[in-house]
Amino acid sequence: MSEQQFHLDTVEHAAQTPDTELPWAELGLKKEEFERVVEILGRRPTAAELAMYSVMWSEHCSYKSSKTHLRQFGEKVSEEMTKDLMVGMGENAGVTDIGDGWAVTFKIESHNHPSYVEPYQGAATGVGGIVRDIISMGARPVAVMDPLRFGAIEHPDTQRVVHGIVAGVGGYGNCLGLPNIGGEVEFDPCYQANPLVNALAVGVLRHEDLRLANASGTGNKVVLFGARTGGDGIGGASVLASESFDDSKPSKRPAVQVGDPFAEKVLIECCLELFHASLVEGIQDLGAAGISCATSELASNGDGGMHVDLSSVLLRDPSLTPGEILMSESQERMMAVVDPAKTEDFEAVLEKWEVEYSWIGEVTDTGRLIIDWQGEVIVDVDPRTVAHDGPVYERPYHRPERQDEIQADHFTGSAADTGRPAGERLKEAVLELMASPNLCSRDWVTDQYDRYVQGNTAMAMPDDAGVIRVDEQTGLGVALSTDCNGRYAYLDPYAGAQLALAEAYRNVATSGARPVAVSDCLNFGSPEDPEVMWQFAEAVRGLADGCLEIGVPVTGGNVSLYNQTGEEAIHPTPVVALMGVLDDVRRRTPSGWDASADGQAIYLLGSTAAELDGSEWARLRGHLGGQPPAVDLAREKLLGELLINMSRDGMIDSAHDVSEGGLAATLSEMCLRFGIGARIGLGEVADRDGVDEFTMLFSESQGRAVVSVPRSEEVRFKDMCTMRDYPYARIGVVDVVSDALDLMGAARIPLPELREAHESTLPRFFG
Amino acid sequence: MARIVVDVMPKPEILDPQGKAIVRALPHQGVTVFSGVRQGKRFELEVDGEVTDEILATAREAAETMLSNPVIEDVVNVSVIDDVEA
Amino acid sequence: MSANTFETPLVADLSAPGADPALKDVRVGIVTFPGTLDDRDAARAIELAGGTAVRLWHADDDLQRVDAVVLPGGFSYGDYLRAGAISRFAPLMARIVDAAGDDGGLPVLGICNGFQILTEAHLLPGSMIRNDHLKFVCRDQRLRVENASTAWTGDFTAGQEIVVPLKNNDGQYVCDQVTLERLEAEGRVVFRYLGRNPNGSLNDIAGVTNARGNVVGLMPHPEHAVEPGFGPDSTGSGPVAKGDGTDGLGLFTSALNALVNGSSAGSATTDGGTRA
Repeated sequence: MSEQQFHLDTVEHAAQTPDTELPWAELGLKKEEFERVVEILGRRPTAAELAMYSVMWSEHCSYKSSKTHLRQFGEKVSEEMTKDLMVGMGENAGVTDIGDGWAVTFKIESHNHPSYVEPYQGAATGVGGIVRDIISMGARPVAVMDPLRFGAIEHPDTQRVVHGIVAGVGGYGNCLGLPNIGGEVEFDPCYQANPLVNALAVGVLRHEDLRLANASGTGNKVVLFGARTGGDGIGGASVLASESFDDSKPSKRPAVQVGDPFAEKVLIECCLELFHASLVEGIQDLGAAGISCATSELASNGDGGMHVDLSSVLLRDPSLTPGEILMSESQERMMAVVDPAKTEDFEAVLEKWEVEYSWIGEVTDTGRLIIDWQGEVIVDVDPRTVAHDGPVYERPYHRPERQDEIQADHFTGSAADTGRPAGERLKEAVLELMASPNLCSRDWVTDQYDRYVQGNTAMAMPDDAGVIRVDEQTGLGVALSTDCNGRYAYLDPYAGAQLALAEAYRNVATSGARPVAVSDCLNFGSPEDPEVMWQFAEAVRGLADGCLEIGVPVTGGNVSLYNQTGEEAIHPTPVVALMGVLDDVRRRTPSGWDASADGQAIYLLGSTAAELDGSEWARLRGHLGGQPPAVDLAREKLLGELLINMSRDGMIDSAHDVSEGGLAATLSEMCLRFGIGARIGLGEVADRDGVDEFTMLFSESQGRAVVSVPRSEEVRFKDMCTMRDYPYARIGVVDVVSDALDLMGAARIPLPELREAHESTLPRFFG
Repeated sequence: MARIVVDVMPKPEILDPQGKAIVRALPHQGVTVFSGVRQGKRFELEVDGEVTDEILATAREAAETMLSNPVIEDVVNVSVIDDVEA
Repeated sequence: MSANTFETPLVADLSAPGADPALKDVRVGIVTFPGTLDDRDAARAIELAGGTAVRLWHADDDLQRVDAVVLPGGFSYGDYLRAGAISRFAPLMARIVDAAGDDGGLPVLGICNGFQILTEAHLLPGSMIRNDHLKFVCRDQRLRVENASTAWTGDFTAGQEIVVPLKNNDGQYVCDQVTLERLEAEGRVVFRYLGRNPNGSLNDIAGVTNARGNVVGLMPHPEHAVEPGFGPDSTGSGPVAKGDGTDGLGLFTSALNALVNGSSAGSATTDGGTRA
């Protein structure tokens, strides 16, 4: 053992030296926060305690700016919407009962900033982190999804970021054996130095396998297993390199965490075997704030006490100080609580999988989290004060000065609104839309992800939702979609959040699944800017109100703030991930018609108004202003019920929602899905809705979907729409021979031309 | 013709998953004397003619900026080898 | 220590008619290495083909009297060092090399990472390097069955076209010129890519066999095209609805049928407990 290179700051020493200057500001604590720590402890904190409080009270871990708003997700709920919820917000991930003894857990999280610094590793470890959240609920991870947002496609730095992030998501997820079943890709200058990498993971478990992060049972052993602890992710906290703060030691602490997907794959299998044999009482993954977080959360969620010997932690870098060990964010680690009678069996499983472990402590009934380092006490705290009693801020917020001006700047009549195409020129317009960076084919990205592994993928991109079979005998499964339109949210964050919810709801219902749960990833700028804080507050209020109205609870999620460069914040981007349940995934509805649908009638559900503000058409013309499309969640719910019932009763063979890019995008994508054309006539429905053909095609009115209906089902289909009083219109017919999207009386777009336009954009930019 | 060799290694403080997997597999082959393995990359830059100081400087520049990722890797060697006639 | 059991039921719909009950007696070992991913899929494929899947653990020394072995896909040991390079030293691999070698004739199928392990173990010639476009690729791949007389392709006809998913990072098949000429001359190229070459493989080679025809390796994943609803959207004869492509099933039924009917390449008996 090398000699200790630092002076140990023990609890005893701290009590005797109250006046020692501590680097609380460098660790990101505010003066009042530091004073609060001193008040809680009744003395100055030790270096190790300071490390713990500073990371656990950070925005990232404590949600101190957002907490006061997020409460609405727990308050705006009805009994009906939470009846299937087994575990709600606050745990690693929410858990929903889907019937037959099965439960599903899913969660979406951000890894934005690390993915800008080092795109490959940032994205990879983002996937790794969310997957460990799922494992720690006792679930087998079964799929991932990744909503990605990049800067302008033509910006030189976008190349680096796109290649790195996509390869990182794939490199990690593929190696874990998790099918990637969907996500989003958006390009917008507002994300230039702030790409958004959100990662979702979903896992399944039997009810009896549910595990929670708590340390109960005095005398139970605490074990740390998986990768060794290195200096990862504590570069910014190098002030702790010298624990006595009076001498300086050269510090090389990497700010970048490097992922090891192989280690994580082995960890997954190892954990599942542990769960299967009931060898752990409680379990927690190590993510942000590492051991600080795991010990304080396990202890405060359990009987309230834990005694840990930090010297027992296996280290990759022996020069780490206790404070650094507590803060390290090394990946692929787990902490578990094990009954002393089961430690031998536990060790046998870990040895089988060649996973390293060390017993680091035990559960106590003292109500204190005590951490020793080589025989001396360096932490003695009430774990609740670290994990749960962090500061809560009521940050000031106000509607931006410019908001009225922005909302008054409608696309229609603006300088950008020139030369709306009609007739034959609609062909060019549709091709331009379908080749645009935000509506072109995502194959360049999604072909780098394994969607087949595990053999339960019933649907993946480019369909509206990813669909995974849970029970191989009954076909019971889940559908998932993630959605957000940051442009809508910029125009009106309250409506924008609800529009994200509406689209996710529509996508899941379109696949035939019954929506049951939401997880959200709220990406915003700095909460210290009152105008950004207003966007955040409005979006949360909108989403909470929306979830109550539509009857689906928020089960967990993540907040990512400070996504801004200088004064420029990203568009408010509240990404909504929604999960639905399908009794039998083999009955899911694909998002396009195949050759066997030849001659089927094509119907448009819903009605169209002149809503071009914030649309993709306006984006192509360089315009962002006005009001986003009107959102009516009661109508969305009704549309959802129609789609689910029609799918179950075999009335529709394909269905695709209408969202970004309007009907033009929906019809193009339905034709391209299996390369089968259609003849479409929009005159009648345009007259009915009082809009012209251009508006019919490019408006982004909500509550709409396109379906194909077998001839034999048309009567029942129309009866059902009439009965539910939902507008419908027959707009065309599936036509194999046409080999085109034929907008009759206006423009004929041959499918090869449409495909070429749609598929060549990303390869042109990214090779 | 000459070649410039560039060796790139993961930074010492950065986790090297590949090296870790290899060092743990070695004992299965009865090789137990090595306590650590780190896996790096070797590049060979071919030069037609003499390697001048200028060319070597360019190689160093390329090594720092392109052949390695300075966030996670170090360039540990840039040197010239003359091709041995086959 | 023996392998753990599958924690969820594996097979979707066994009520489907077809399989010869005799096939159920054929035991096919599915080997799991640390980092193997498609072992459950391979086991499902064997069950759907009518056989019995037996899970084998890389560190064991016993082939459990299986009649055939599948080395499934994945990233064993993270593909670190080289794909398959560490796995090939697993204790069970020594048993497999013995049983599949000239004196044994045990049918062995290596899929993707399994193929890479077989080449590292020198049961099959050549090697796989990084895809020429340097990206992971996942797509539905059209193939031509060039050799329908191996232990794993007897249910196909030579020249038949099939569609199975391809997904890998290191799928570019390479070998020296002499080997390449020998493989082609001896008809040991079993599968060839059709359409655009997805990874730069020599002569569009997707899969090869050993001289005896009992060991086959291929990069594409037939186990992902075995169950209607969860496979590709097309088959060798054209598009199908909703992931109904099941062209991959033929590899597994081929081996089972050959073993039951006692064709030349199959019917190896092995005793994993001893080694010469």
